[in-house]
Amino acid sequence: MGNDTIKAIVATDCGSTTTKAILIKLVDGEYRLIVRGEAPTTVEAPFEDVTRGVLNAVREVEELSDHTILDGEAFIHPNDGDRGVDLYLSTSSAGGGLQMMVAGVVKSMTAESAERAALGAGAIVMDVLASNDGRLPHEQIERIRHLRPDMILLSGGIDGGTITHVVELGQVIAAADPKPRLGMGYNLPVIYAGNKDATDEVSGLLEGKTSLYKVENLRPVLERENLGPAREKIHDLFMEHVMAQAPGYNKLMGWTDAPIMPTPGAVGSIIETIAKRQDIEVVGVDIGGATTDVFSVFQDTFNRTVSANLGMSYSVSNVLAESGIDNVMRWVPFKLPELDVRNRIKNKMIRPTTVPQTLEDLKIEQAIAREALRLAFVQHKEFAVGLKGVQQERTISEAFTQSASGATLVNMRNLDLLVGSGGVLSHAPRRQQAAMMLIDAFVPECVTRLAVDSIFMMPQLGVLATVHEKAGTEVFEKDCLIHLGTHVAPTGTAQEGKPCLKVEMSLPDGKQVADDIPYGEMVVYPLGVGESVKAKLTPARGFDLGEGPAKMCECTLTGGVVGIMIDTRGRPFTLPTDEHERVTKLNKWAGAFDAYPE
Amino acid sequence: MAHAYTPGLRVASMTVLRKDRRLPIKGEVVVKKGDKVSADTIVARTHLPGNVQLVNVASKLGLPPEDLPSVMLKGEGDAIEKGKPIAETKGFFGLFKSAVNAPCDGSLENISTVTGQVILREPPTPIEINAYVDGKVVEVFEGEGVAVEMQGSFIQGIFGVGGERTGEIHVAVSGPDEKLSANLIDESMKGKVVVGGSHIDWEGLQKAMSIGLSGVVVGGFDDPDLKKLLGKDLGVAITGSEDVETTLILTEGFGVIGMAGGTFELLKSREGKKASINGATQIRAGVIRPEIVVPMPDAELPTGDVVSSTAGLDTGSTIRVIREPHFGRLGEVTGLPNELQKMESETMVRVLSVKFADGTEATLPRANVEMIEG
Repeated sequence: MGNDTIKAIVATDCGSTTTKAILIKLVDGEYRLIVRGEAPTTVEAPFEDVTRGVLNAVREVEELSDHTILDGEAFIHPNDGDRGVDLYLSTSSAGGGLQMMVAGVVKSMTAESAERAALGAGAIVMDVLASNDGRLPHEQIERIRHLRPDMILLSGGIDGGTITHVVELGQVIAAADPKPRLGMGYNLPVIYAGNKDATDEVSGLLEGKTSLYKVENLRPVLERENLGPAREKIHDLFMEHVMAQAPGYNKLMGWTDAPIMPTPGAVGSIIETIAKRQDIEVVGVDIGGATTDVFSVFQDTFNRTVSANLGMSYSVSNVLAESGIDNVMRWVPFKLPELDVRNRIKNKMIRPTTVPQTLEDLKIEQAIAREALRLAFVQHKEFAVGLKGVQQERTISEAFTQSASGATLVNMRNLDLLVGSGGVLSHAPRRQQAAMMLIDAFVPECVTRLAVDSIFMMPQLGVLATVHEKAGTEVFEKDCLIHLGTHVAPTGTAQEGKPCLKVEMSLPDGKQVADDIPYGEMVVYPLGVGESVKAKLTPARGFDLGEGPAKMCECTLTGGVVGIMIDTRGRPFTLPTDEHERVTKLNKWAGAFDAYPE
Repeated sequence: MAHAYTPGLRVASMTVLRKDRRLPIKGEVVVKKGDKVSADTIVARTHLPGNVQLVNVASKLGLPPEDLPSVMLKGEGDAIEKGKPIAETKGFFGLFKSAVNAPCDGSLENISTVTGQVILREPPTPIEINAYVDGKVVEVFEGEGVAVEMQGSFIQGIFGVGGERTGEIHVAVSGPDEKLSANLIDESMKGKVVVGGSHIDWEGLQKAMSIGLSGVVVGGFDDPDLKKLLGKDLGVAITGSEDVETTLILTEGFGVIGMAGGTFELLKSREGKKASINGATQIRAGVIRPEIVVPMPDAELPTGDVVSSTAGLDTGSTIRVIREPHFGRLGEVTGLPNELQKMESETMVRVLSVKFADGTEATLPRANVEMIEG
C-alpha cells in the first residue's frame, strides 16, 4: 500500500495504562500528524473490553480535531473531507503483552538464540530453560506449571547434531503439561524450532498435549541464527491465540485494517528503519507503565530486551525493589522521609493512571524513571552480545581489539543517536527534563545526538510503516522525533574544578565560544532544531573524546530544542556521596538546563 | 460532547452479585443448579497431577537407551511402589543383576528409548473449591465449577494481602478517621472481620494476626510495614496467595488516609453480619481488586438499576481525589473545561473543577480523581 488514495489514518496503541490514538492526514502532499487523544486502557472491570478505551481515545481525537471518525462504535470508511478514515491500525501491549517461555539446549547458545527470537517478536520472556541451566528436571517442570506462559518456544541442537538433549527438554515440557494463562478451553501453543532430526520424537511427546507447530531451526549451525521463521510464527500465534482470548481483542481485530502488532515489535521496526536509513548506531528506549523496552543497533545487529517488571506505574514498585531506595533518592534534590517516598510509590502502583500535579511529585517520578532506565539498560547490555560458541577468524589487529565471542555489542563511545519514548519522557513538561533523564540513565560518551518521541507515537508509526512506509516515515521524521540536541561527554575522571574540555565554536547568532570547562560541570549552549555548528573540542590531559587521549575532535554538532549539552561530570560517572554536595550539584546541573521552574 | 471516564472502585449497599467458582483443571461438580450453599460448601473437586520425577534408568544400568524396553519390569501406565524395582538387568547367568527401584509411589508415565529416561508420576493431590459466599447455585459449568449468586452488599478495596476468608463484621473504631491501634484489638475479635478507620500499624496487625482475626479492613497501611508482612519489597501488585494469618484489605491506599465515609457507614450498617472477604489483588491484565461481600438474602432489593451506569464524569458527579494534593477528599464536579491546563508541575492535562464539602475549590487533573459509584 503506498498510493495517495490514503488521505486519513487513525492509529491506536493500547498500552497497559493508557490507550493512545493519533490522526494523520495528507496535507499538501505530505502526511502529517493532526492531533492525539488518550484514555485509560479498559481491560479492568466493569468493562473488561479493550475497545472501550480505544473508542474513548478516538472520541477525544474527534473532539480535538473536529474530524468525525466514528459512527456510533464503528469506524467510518472511507475518508471524505472531515469525515471518515481510509486506514485504522493498532498496536498493543495491554493484557501484559505476550508472555513466553523459551527452551534451548545450551544456555548461552540455542537458548539465547531462542530468547532473541522471542524478544524480536515482541514477547516478554518469563524464563529461559536449558539443559545446562543448573536446575533439576522436576524444578524445571514446576517452573513451567507455575508460570503459565502464553506459549513456549523450544529449540536446540544444530541440524544433524545429537537429538538427546532437545528430546529431554521435550519430555520436561510434556511432563509439566502446561496450561495457558488466558482461557481454559484450548491447548498451549508450543513452537518447535530445533534440530530437524528430532522433530518426530518431539511431536510424539507434545502433539495432543499442546498445539505443536514446527518451523525451521533457529540455529541451524552455530555460526548463524535463522530467527525469522520462529518470529513470524510467534507473531501469528500471538494474534490467533493470545489476543483472541484477551478481553475485547477479538472485536478490535475485526476493526483494524492490518494485523495488530505487539507494541515493542512496532517500536523496534521504526528503530531499525532509522538505523538503516542513516547508517548509524542507535539506542532506543520505550519506558511504559509496566515494562521498559530497550532497542539497539550496533554493528548492524538489532537487539531488543524487555525489562518486564520495570515501569512507571504497574511496575513502579519493582523499580524501587530492584534499585533500592538510596539509588532512587540520590536523584531527588530535596530531603523527604523514606516513608513518604515509599508510600507515594505504592500509591502510584495501585492507582497507575494518576499524574504528578506538584513539582515535588514530578521530581520524584523522574528520579524513579532514571533508575528504571538505568536498570533496563544494564540488562540490555548483558543481552546484546555477539553469538557465543563461534570460532572466529581474526586478523592480527582484530585480536587486539574487543569483540570476543559473546562480548557486548553496546559501545557508548560509538553511539550516534539515543531516542527516548514512553510517557515519562515524551510527556515531561520541559524537554530539558527528558534530556537529563536520558543522560543520567544511559551515561552516553563522546558525541551523541539525543531525541524523544514527541507525544509517544513510535508504536503507531511503526505499524503504519509496515503497511504504508511513506506515511509512517514521513510523520516520523517531521512530527514524531523531537531533536533535543547533541550531548558531549569526554571519558575520564579528575578532581572537581580541574581542566576537562575546551570548547570552540561559532554559533549561528555570531557569538564566538571559546570556553574552558572544568571537571564536574554541565553547560548548555543554545542551538536550535535544524541548526548545526562546526566545533573544535579539545579534551584536557586524562580525557578522551573518541579521537584518543587529549586529542582534539573537530566535528559538526547538530542543535535541538535543548541545544549543545556539554557534560564534564566524568566517565565513569558517580554522584557525590555527601548529601549537601549532591543536592547542590543536582540543582546546579538542573539550573544549567533550565529544567524546572523555580 | 464526550466525557472522560475515570474508573472507580465499586461500593454497593445492595446488589445482586454473581461469583464464578472454577477449578484450575477439569474435575467434578458436586452441587446442582438451584442448591442453596454457604460459603464453606464444597462445590467442585478434582485432583492435581502429582509431581513428576525423571529417572535416567539407562544411565543407572549402564545401558544404551534403545535397550531400555528389555530391562523394564513396569510398563507405561503401571502402578509403582516406592523402593520396589521398576527395571532390572538379566545379569550373568542370573547373577550380578542390577536394579533400579522406584523413588516414590505412583505410576510410570513414559519410557524413552531416545534419552533413556523414565517419567514417574507421584500420586495426585486432591483439591476442592468452596462457594465462597452464602447464596444459590445459578449455573453449573460441567466439569469446571459453578456460578453462585447472592444479594447483598459489595465493597471493593484498593489493595489487599491474603486470600479468601469469612467472618462476622465488627467495627472497632468510632469513625473513619480514627486509627485502628493495637489497644483497640482484643481476643473477642478472633475469627471476625474487623473494620478500622484510617490506618493500622505493624504492632496492630501483629496483634490481629496473633489473636486470629479473619480480616482487617482499614483506609491505609504503610509500605515498610507491608515489607515486614511479606518478608520482602513487593515489586508488582499481584497478591492473594500469601501465607498470612489475617487477610488485610485497604480501602484507600498507603499512608494514613481516612476511610471513605460511604464505605465506613456501609460497613457499620452491616455490623454483626457474616462477610466473605478476599485480599487478592492484581493490578494489571485482568485487574482484580480485594473485596468484602455481605450476603443479605432477606433484604429488599432497591428498584431500578443498582449497578452504576457506564456514563463518564459530568458536572454534579461526586468524585474522590486519589493523589496528592487533597488525597482522599470528596467533592462535587463543578466544571469540565475542554482545554488542557498547566499544573504546578507544568504538566498539561485535562482538568476538572471540584468543590469540596467544606466549600473550598480546586482544579485537579481528571486522571487524579475517581468517581464514586452507587
